[in-house]
Amino acid sequence: MRRVVITGMGIYSCIGTTLEQVRESLYNGTSGIGIDPERKEFGYRSPLTGIVSRPALKGLLDRRLRSSLAEECEYAFMATKDAFADSGIDADYLDNNEVGIFYGNDSTAKAVIESNDTVRANKDTMMVGSGSIFQSMNSTVTMNLSTIFKLRGVNITVSAACASGSHSIGLGLMFIRHGLQDMVVCGGAQETNLYSMESFDGLSAFSVRTDDPTRASRPFDAGRDGLVPSGGAATVILEEYEHALKRGAKIYGEVAGYGFSSNGGNISQPSDVGCEIAMSRAMADAGVMADGIDYVNAHATSTPQGDAFEAMALDRLFAAHNTPISSTKSMTGHECWMAGASEIVYSMLMMQNSFVAPNINFERPDEYSKNLNIAVKTIGRKIDTFLSNSFGFGGTNSAIVVKKI
Amino acid sequence: MSREEIIEKVNDFLIDEIEIDSDLIKEDALLKDDLKIDSLDFVDIVVIVQRVFGFKMKPEDMGPVKTLSQFYDYIEAKTK
Repeated sequence: MRRVVITGMGIYSCIGTTLEQVRESLYNGTSGIGIDPERKEFGYRSPLTGIVSRPALKGLLDRRLRSSLAEECEYAFMATKDAFADSGIDADYLDNNEVGIFYGNDSTAKAVIESNDTVRANKDTMMVGSGSIFQSMNSTVTMNLSTIFKLRGVNITVSAACASGSHSIGLGLMFIRHGLQDMVVCGGAQETNLYSMESFDGLSAFSVRTDDPTRASRPFDAGRDGLVPSGGAATVILEEYEHALKRGAKIYGEVAGYGFSSNGGNISQPSDVGCEIAMSRAMADAGVMADGIDYVNAHATSTPQGDAFEAMALDRLFAAHNTPISSTKSMTGHECWMAGASEIVYSMLMMQNSFVAPNINFERPDEYSKNLNIAVKTIGRKIDTFLSNSFGFGGTNSAIVVKKI
Repeated sequence: MSREEIIEKVNDFLIDEIEIDSDLIKEDALLKDDLKIDSLDFVDIVVIVQRVFGFKMKPEDMGPVKTLSQFYDYIEAKTK
């Protein structure tokens, strides 16, 4: 069977916009959460959010390319540019080789809302300008990245709620494993603007612990009161192992297993059974048992219900092995469509630097998390194999197992 | 608005917003072949002209407009 490895990574997040910055934030348990005062004024219940700065793209991309980019595409461009550079892939390589893309994205709220506002105000569709259509479609990230980088392989957006980024990596794995592609760009992007999270906030799903924003996201903690939305983008370059060896690429690790499931039920309530099936499938695909997993990067978003269901599944699979577990969302907030990809990058940085990042703000377990080995502080630990979970609305579940090579 | 003002405003938005190299801005420059203005740029120019000159350009008006000089003429006629 063809093996699949990660040969490049790029990240643009609220805890850093370079791999080194992010490694440092993860190691130090630094939060990227803050307050956006505009949200309160706009009608949000919670003004808490990951603080992500917009990149300056003038000079990097011409006007035509920039005008088609929605906010999430700007982040995805930065992450992908860096991932290609990290992997030693230049424009000449892309001109001469077929590279595909699966990228997670599940909204284009700002682009859609603003273009509709413009048409309503002017009673004229032409007034939205030429870039609006390319910003507004859900496939905006893949259509823009494939244009900018001149990609000629598979070209598909993966929309699977908060598991989008993770499924994109799973699908990239499958395409390479089955010989359909030698290299695929995978990742996830998430907009963070005022319009992107209004309806999610409307569910009262967000933390309102505004007195100390960096302590608001507290996955698995008994005192958690909701998630903190966040965003940015993360990209990994997946490549067939022999192909990577031949071109002398840096190899971070092997994407060894992908597991998925659908809960087949409630639209917003997770399922411990669904989570467990995805994790078990990923481990079986990778040929490892639960005792062979050195670290679990949990999906846990800091919602009362979601974390409880995941904790039940983690308890059944990992409590007996005392496997270190942390949710990096304690620092980043919930990066939604991006999270499944960024958390592979975060976990890979831990693997590379032999530490487990802390689940900050975990002070008191609840009845579901009490048997789990949740890392309250940074732990020095050699990680040979990790598992990363991502779950989303509609009951979509994804788990990825990565091994050191 | 004088022709000089029109020329200045058009040149400004072509350079600043459409990001055309200022060296290419010449009266006899062909919009498509020299300035590389394509159908998507045209949509953006419609939006800018509405904002700057206060009228809506129609795609069918642009048939005979080939050069920058003819484009100035067109704006001048529409803003008279």
